[in-house]
Amino acid sequence: MSRRLLVLRVNGLAREAAVDEHHTLLEVLREDLHLTGTKHGCELGECGACTVLVDGEPWLACLTLAVDVEGCEITTVEGLAAPGRPDPLQSAFAELGAAQCGYCSPGMLVSARALLDANPSPTRDEVRHALAGNLCRCTGYEAILDAVLLAADRDGSARAAAHVAGGGDRGDR
Amino acid sequence: MTVDPSRTDDLAVVGTRRPKIDAMARLTGEARYADDLSMPGMLVGRQLRSIHAHARIRSVDTSRAEALPGVVAVITGRDVPIAYGVLPVSQDENALAVDRVRYVGEPVAAVAAVDEETAEQALRLVSVDYEPLPAVLSIEDALDPSGVLIHGEGQGANVHKAVALEFGDVDAGFAAADLVREDVFSFAGNTHAPLEQPATLAALGGDGRLTVWSATQAPHYLHRALARVLELPSSRIRVVAPPVGGGFGAKTDILPHEVAAAKLAMVTGRPVKITLTREEVFHSHRGRHPVQMWVRTGFTSDGRITAMHFRSLLDGGAYGSFGVASTYYTGALQTTTYRIPAYRFEGLRVFTTKPPCGPKRGHGTPQPRFAVERHLDRAAEELGLDPVELRLRNAVEPFSRTVNHLRITSCGMRACIEEVVSASGYHGKKGHLPRGRGVGFAVSAYLSGAGLPIYWNDMPQSEVHIKVDRGGGVTVFSGATDIGQGSTSTLATIVAEILGLQPEDLAMVTADTDLTPVDLGSYSSRVTFMAGNAAIDAASKLARLVAEGAAQRLGVPPEELVFRGGQVAVRGDPRKSLSWAQAVRAASARGALMTSGVYWAPEMAGPYRGSGVGISPAYSYSAAVVEVATDPETGEVSVEEVWIAHDIGRAINPVLVQGQVEGSVYMAVGEALMEEQSFRRQGVHRGPSLLDYKLPTTLETPKIHTILIEEPDPEGPFGAKEAGQGPLLPVIPAVAAAVEDALGVVVHEVPITPDRLLRALRAGHRGKAPVIGPASVPSFEFGEPERVQPPVGSPAEVAVP
Ligand code: FES
Ligand code: FES
Repeated sequence: MSRRLLVLRVNGLAREAAVDEHHTLLEVLREDLHLTGTKHGCELGECGACTVLVDGEPWLACLTLAVDVEGCEITTVEGLAAPGRPDPLQSAFAELGAAQCGYCSPGMLVSARALLDANPSPTRDEVRHALAGNLCRCTGYEAILDAVLLAADRDGSARAAAHVAGGGDRGDR
Repeated sequence: MTVDPSRTDDLAVVGTRRPKIDAMARLTGEARYADDLSMPGMLVGRQLRSIHAHARIRSVDTSRAEALPGVVAVITGRDVPIAYGVLPVSQDENALAVDRVRYVGEPVAAVAAVDEETAEQALRLVSVDYEPLPAVLSIEDALDPSGVLIHGEGQGANVHKAVALEFGDVDAGFAAADLVREDVFSFAGNTHAPLEQPATLAALGGDGRLTVWSATQAPHYLHRALARVLELPSSRIRVVAPPVGGGFGAKTDILPHEVAAAKLAMVTGRPVKITLTREEVFHSHRGRHPVQMWVRTGFTSDGRITAMHFRSLLDGGAYGSFGVASTYYTGALQTTTYRIPAYRFEGLRVFTTKPPCGPKRGHGTPQPRFAVERHLDRAAEELGLDPVELRLRNAVEPFSRTVNHLRITSCGMRACIEEVVSASGYHGKKGHLPRGRGVGFAVSAYLSGAGLPIYWNDMPQSEVHIKVDRGGGVTVFSGATDIGQGSTSTLATIVAEILGLQPEDLAMVTADTDLTPVDLGSYSSRVTFMAGNAAIDAASKLARLVAEGAAQRLGVPPEELVFRGGQVAVRGDPRKSLSWAQAVRAASARGALMTSGVYWAPEMAGPYRGSGVGISPAYSYSAAVVEVATDPETGEVSVEEVWIAHDIGRAINPVLVQGQVEGSVYMAVGEALMEEQSFRRQGVHRGPSLLDYKLPTTLETPKIHTILIEEPDPEGPFGAKEAGQGPLLPVIPAVAAAVEDALGVVVHEVPITPDRLLRALRAGHRGKAPVIGPASVPSFEFGEPERVQPPVGSPAEVAVP
């Protein structure tokens, strides 16, 4: 086993860690960088709980070697909110009950962030497909789909009207 | 001042849609679940698991593992020889097998090492000398008198529990019937698969006290078991449940790794954490029992039930777990939906050499609910009655007694039925959709908390403490565990309502045996009802203390004060008021502001053994209509839409109630169509992974229309009943009914996998009966039932026409 000094850019900061080369990004985030917000439900690429953004794309951190993403921009759930200013997705998830146990949420949120960045006003079906790799065992997904659409709506109105729209009703229910 | 907990008008926070108070913590990565915890010097624990379904352990040699650098300790069954079990009657499990293994995946040894790689390597160096014994994998095998005994030596039937009860005169009921119908059903076993893999961190303090942080739904039961197995006074053990990443029953039993982590921490003197791999979660199991069922019911020609005889056979797996309760549950709740004047129940649980089954959402009741609802559909066909009408004709009355001594209070079943039937357009669709599409309907009921604790005691089922600091800060202490259902938020909302505050104003301390009073746990849908009532009691006492201080200051009697909007004001004269903080200061001058509240369920048990299972202070009711689209070429079924009405009594927070309903529907769809815990011939799990164990993704989950029926329950907190389990129950039979409507097959078994459906369709093409389901159930001689006199006022007293 060889170890290597690695510089990872995580949530906008350069983070240095001496890591085992065979360790996954998931292990390095959680164990070396103490960013335990990213979860794991299988460590086999089956559940999506470990999803993080690598250069804006959703990646499964459990299937990614940390050494392979040196130099990339990595975003975890801890990096979604600016201090005191949650990502619209986080607010919408909270309002609509899209996080029950919350264990799938870190992965869901970053997957949804990637979707909205690429497609700011997705249809419900597009959200459904974008999140098909993220398992949730609690919610039945309805609240999650609603929350992503609500956040997209608010993102849109924020862009249009330069202010954040209010209201907390569930999407297109 | 007086607080009326059944008050349902003029509520400030109860009943409002709002985020959970801990939502943001769970959405930002701030919440720390068990596996997120770490400590300096922490060791990684791993367990060696049996490769045999059944074997004697001749010896375990740990010397090579112990010699591996980086290994700090290796323990085996000899180090934890005391057997335990969550039920007092089933103390049959060891954290590490002592001289025999009874399922593939049963822990045999555990190691603590400096890192995961070393721990894994150490496991490979432990050698276990096994003498294989025959695997016992089915109910039939388990009952073979010449087969091997799984518990004990020699040959015989592996009966764990057999019950036979009769309430009222069943023979007379059948004799009076115009139609007597029999059907058989099968429900496959499945598992909870919470997204969080269970994890436990244990550490011994310098003071010799042991702290165990564990992803558990029931810290109190874990606390008791640890004291027993580790031979420590419970005052030397602290159990803390951090935020839990989903449970559904998976984390209610005492799991072997919880004991192993604690023992390793004691042996090494260092913190030890064991996190199960996903494969291990499938071995840990405690999930839905596979159940085979036979039911016979008599009806009058106009569809009234005259008697029912229900028989269930449960494949329990290797150990007792909650199995005795599960067995009774398969017979207990049939009478909570329908007026059954005479009822016989026979239930059997056998041991097999597979991972132990236990409680999963609905505990022991989804299987019989599936059978009874399908059976009623069959009867409706034969009687020429509409299935909805048949249910309505037999619907149980509110505030009545069942023949098996269950006390029914509020009952919104009729409202649930009417709402879903009309919202879904059921009658316009049934039998009228194009071939391949269909609708199905079913109803159900569930407990709002088990009426008795798991071990007999006369202490309260829940206690809540509230402490107020002089600045007005309120801290609520509850033993209830938030597993994602939102119990912490629900309790905060209840306390805030009474004190006139906002839920977000409160500090919540939960699920920590050092700090919080006992709550029995997050199981049997008991927390809102039981901890909620204890919270009302504690908050009302606190409000009284604060009112007395404020009253003195305001010069009015305390009875005239109301708590609202952060103010303590004179009723009808809001200008005469104190802020909450001022009122607290005035009250603090009179003494400490700390109160305790308790909840005891009323005495409800009937006059027979087993009557403790099924009783509950209130039952929730649900009704569902399911619409499916099927593909007769591939056998695939897609659940398109589900309409579900749930009688919640009162939604403390409709967002959370809706979430529980939708999550239940989702889980039911998985159980109806794809989820199955199945094993190969030698007892090896067929696919212990989230790819092989199929569960619904966003793509398989239907559109869900939730309708909440709020008919406040007189004993529920602000009228509330449960939401976490009941809504799962009607969906599974309704899916089956919808598939029947779509394709004309008979569905008496779940899951309805494509291969099962195709087989039935092919049989139909060959002119045979297109049936998914068993032809018979294994036979067992139950003997004479215990005859129980029905209670006064039960349907037994109404003469059969
Ligand atoms: S932990 Fe990476 S996909 Fe499950
Ligand atoms: S909220 Fe629990 S797994 Fe999604």
